[in-house]
Amino acid sequence: MLSKMATGNGHGEESAYFDGWKAYANNPFHPINNPNGVIQMGLAENQLCFDVVKDWILKNPAASICTVEGVDSFQDIALFQDYHGLAEFRKAVARFMEKVRGDRVKFDPDRIVMSGGATGAHELVTFCLADPGDAFLVPAPYYPGFDRDLRWRTGLQIVPVQCHSSNNYEVTRSALEEAYERAQEANIRVKGVLITNPSNPLGTVMDKDTLTSILAFTQEKNIHLVCDEIYGATVFKQPSFISISEIMTNQDCNPDLIHVVYSLSKDLGFPGFRVGIVYSYNDDVVHCARKMSSFGLVSTQTQRLIASMLSDEEFVDRFLAESSQRLAARHSVFTGRLKQVGIPCLASNAGLFVWMDLRHLLKDPTVEAELALWHVIISEVKINVSAGSSFHCSEPGWFRVCIANMDDETMDVALRRIRALAAKKDMPNKAAGKRKCWQTNLQLRLSSRRLDDFMGIPQIGSPHSPMPQSPLVRAT
Amino acid sequence: MSLPLPNPSKNKKKGTPEPPAMRLIVPLQGIVQGRGGLILGSIIPCALFYFFQLYLKKNRRRNNRQPPPDSPPTLSPTSSNAADLQRSSSRLSLSAARTPARISARASGLAAPNTSPYYVGSDRAREDPYHEFDNPNGVIQVGLAENRLSLDMIEKWIAENWELSMDSDGQLGINGIAAYQPFDGIYSLKVAVADFMSYVVGDVSFNPSQLVLTCGATPAVEILCFCLADHGNAFLIPAPYYPGYISYLTTLYVLTQIGSFPRPIKCVYSFDRDIVRTGVELIPVHCRSSDDFTLSCTALDQAYNSARKRGLKVRGILFSNPSNPVGNLLSRETLHSILDFAREKNIHVISDEIFAGSTYGSEEFVSMAEIVNSDDLDKSRVHIIYGLSKDLSIPGFRVGAIYTSNEDVLKAAKKLTRFSSISAPTQHLLVSMLSDTKFIREYTEINRKRLRMMHDSFVASLERIGIKCAKSDGGLYCWVDMSAFIKPYNEKGELELWDKLLTVGKVNLTPGSACHCVEPGWFRCCFTTLAEKDLPLVMKRIQTVCESCKSSS
Repeated sequence: MLSKMATGNGHGEESAYFDGWKAYANNPFHPINNPNGVIQMGLAENQLCFDVVKDWILKNPAASICTVEGVDSFQDIALFQDYHGLAEFRKAVARFMEKVRGDRVKFDPDRIVMSGGATGAHELVTFCLADPGDAFLVPAPYYPGFDRDLRWRTGLQIVPVQCHSSNNYEVTRSALEEAYERAQEANIRVKGVLITNPSNPLGTVMDKDTLTSILAFTQEKNIHLVCDEIYGATVFKQPSFISISEIMTNQDCNPDLIHVVYSLSKDLGFPGFRVGIVYSYNDDVVHCARKMSSFGLVSTQTQRLIASMLSDEEFVDRFLAESSQRLAARHSVFTGRLKQVGIPCLASNAGLFVWMDLRHLLKDPTVEAELALWHVIISEVKINVSAGSSFHCSEPGWFRVCIANMDDETMDVALRRIRALAAKKDMPNKAAGKRKCWQTNLQLRLSSRRLDDFMGIPQIGSPHSPMPQSPLVRAT
Repeated sequence: MSLPLPNPSKNKKKGTPEPPAMRLIVPLQGIVQGRGGLILGSIIPCALFYFFQLYLKKNRRRNNRQPPPDSPPTLSPTSSNAADLQRSSSRLSLSAARTPARISARASGLAAPNTSPYYVGSDRAREDPYHEFDNPNGVIQVGLAENRLSLDMIEKWIAENWELSMDSDGQLGINGIAAYQPFDGIYSLKVAVADFMSYVVGDVSFNPSQLVLTCGATPAVEILCFCLADHGNAFLIPAPYYPGYISYLTTLYVLTQIGSFPRPIKCVYSFDRDIVRTGVELIPVHCRSSDDFTLSCTALDQAYNSARKRGLKVRGILFSNPSNPVGNLLSRETLHSILDFAREKNIHVISDEIFAGSTYGSEEFVSMAEIVNSDDLDKSRVHIIYGLSKDLSIPGFRVGAIYTSNEDVLKAAKKLTRFSSISAPTQHLLVSMLSDTKFIREYTEINRKRLRMMHDSFVASLERIGIKCAKSDGGLYCWVDMSAFIKPYNEKGELELWDKLLTVGKVNLTPGSACHCVEPGWFRCCFTTLAEKDLPLVMKRIQTVCESCKSSS
């Protein structure tokens, strides 16, 4: 007697991506209590700059209405239930978005619509743009959560646009055309293109030409362009991040077709605050999204806190600088040490993750082999990374590894484990000495006993997990 | 909307304006031609079409100039004027050359302004709010169920306990607040809310693991309905009912659409008020003043049968207790008979108890949870909606809850909360506030006392000017009988009085028709937004309007 939605499988939590989360939840790593547990490298969370934020909060007690200094405005804040959001909040977020885009574009606070995280923002945009059965073209590899967030309640279909490592996953005009035609042949109405820039999982930013060509494509077809820019401030080195808002101002284009999804979860590292933003250049979408936003409003207390924090421009500047510096450092340590053991990563300059190339460790270039390797990594190497096939990547052998959700010590353990994996691979072929050799002669036999010998850590179970909650609810 | 992709080269020059124009021209031609004028028959529609296009063009241009001069231009690269000019002109030429961007059918309906008096009145009160000194001629808001009577206590608590609330576990700090949290609420808040519910409801224990927390009661109702109903199903609902349910379910209609039609046929629906009748339908079970607006089983049965006759699948019964807008409580017997009814028909029961802690009358509040506690079999069909917006008067904090014993609903609802979860700092603040049982007891008691006092003096003042209220024991409002002042005695008369009260009297009430009341002339007045000293002014304003109505008739 329940609905089809409640009993159906639309949540899509039966994939390898979520299996990894379960494995982590059952046996999470802890440096002292569970040193042999699984290290979570599947969560794109930015924990590198919490201390900076904490300092600010302690220095600005009035920002939170729940302090002696801030309690005067408690009444107004607690009672405020307008779905437009606090004016100061919208203003501060618009200003922050401008800063992240290098002050090269302006954002109108009246177009800021809030929603429950980027998850809610994506669903909101989809509700506004597409009817059930319509489709979005999404360049692959793309974030696995889209399959659920975009499709579950809205009835949207996703048509992947295949991109390849050979040209650094560039979204080409021909790939877009090909996907568009494929959809038309299947009699599916394409309503838009969704891009993530900076890309999740690749960690790369799109250049001006690519953005211009994608924009031109959508304008010619008269379809929508949704830009997910939630990793905008995680760009830590050149080339700098170019927002679609910047491209469109220099173009002769119809702004009604352009929508930006933003969030503070990644750039500020506040996923718990559940602040997602829809910024649309289409008035109808703004109005409609605003009405629907009552299903995912942000607590006014949080709005107020964020408004005060982001209005402190000096803090924002310091935070952005510090954050990209720390990300850059973490990124270079991680990729550098992987390189030493012959594991390359896609060159990237943004995001909270790297796109690791383990193609040479695959028995054969198939999805099955990729999943086999992934199982070895999760159960024997004991880190939770996300397999490329979860991201609809067309080439097997790529993995997304998140690097910003742990401290340096944990990162060190993780790196040692990955190096052990590479070393093990290397051993039987040491005589050959050449990488080429073990590339072709792949074996995936790495028993946990041997790994333990290598690691010198006795195997213990996981009597008690410090993370009692389900992995699924934390999935990002 | 079933057309394939729009083709810019089609002879459709203006896109959407065309259908309305055609609709106008064809019948006109018929009329004029019928009278013999072939020439007139073609000139008039052509002229009309021309003016229509002109009008549209004008409007479009005005819209393009929309960004007000004082706010920064939305799109200009460096806010330089030249660039801005260039952009808006490019937009003009484009919109003439291309078909307009199409948004989804559901969005175009929602983007339209809401015409329900409930929203119109609230908007007016927001734009022109009464203030004793700053705006003495502004609109007094008695249309919003918001409790301002006891906020001072919460404010005081926070001033005294803020350190606790910032850092509830002493070591969590920013990590515990900012990082990913479970979407359906942190467990300690579930425990705290469950305890609070038990206290408010009285002697019923709630199991925290059966709670799902959402950002407000609005998404709680939505998520629950998602789990229980497919598109085209129906809920029974005792009327008059909360006007907001319409907007819940208008959206709900769209959302549930997907449940049953993965690839629906396009063009089946247009998004307007009629949707509620074609999507998830609310079947009103009318309650009348002669029964003190209590729910009768025969009415329930009738509504159910008439829905069945129309081929609708009834999936549940949804009601609020204490009722909104009447404010009466459902008796133990009524609750038992609702449950019997649901068992007999094998349908769900959704009890919206967000005003459970805001009772002030002599009657005892009985939760559906208490009724069902004695019987395991029925537990899986009963679901309770709760929230802290009313009982703790913190609507801005967005805390709602679903309480259910049904494992499958629980699982599905938890997953659906990823779209509507509560901000973590607020969760931590509330954990420490709700765990302070001494404070909660004191707060609830004083709040009830203040509610009772305010209710009593409000009702007494109304009586003094000759207006009676239905008996109420809970909620932040009373249900006022003004049928003596409306003419004609129907919905039109009621809305005329409402309009007069709003524009002449400058008081915003909610008319019964917005709550789907079957009898005209009833109004919902929220008294908790007022202070005792405002009462004479409110009464004077109401009285002036009512007397003018009487004398004119």
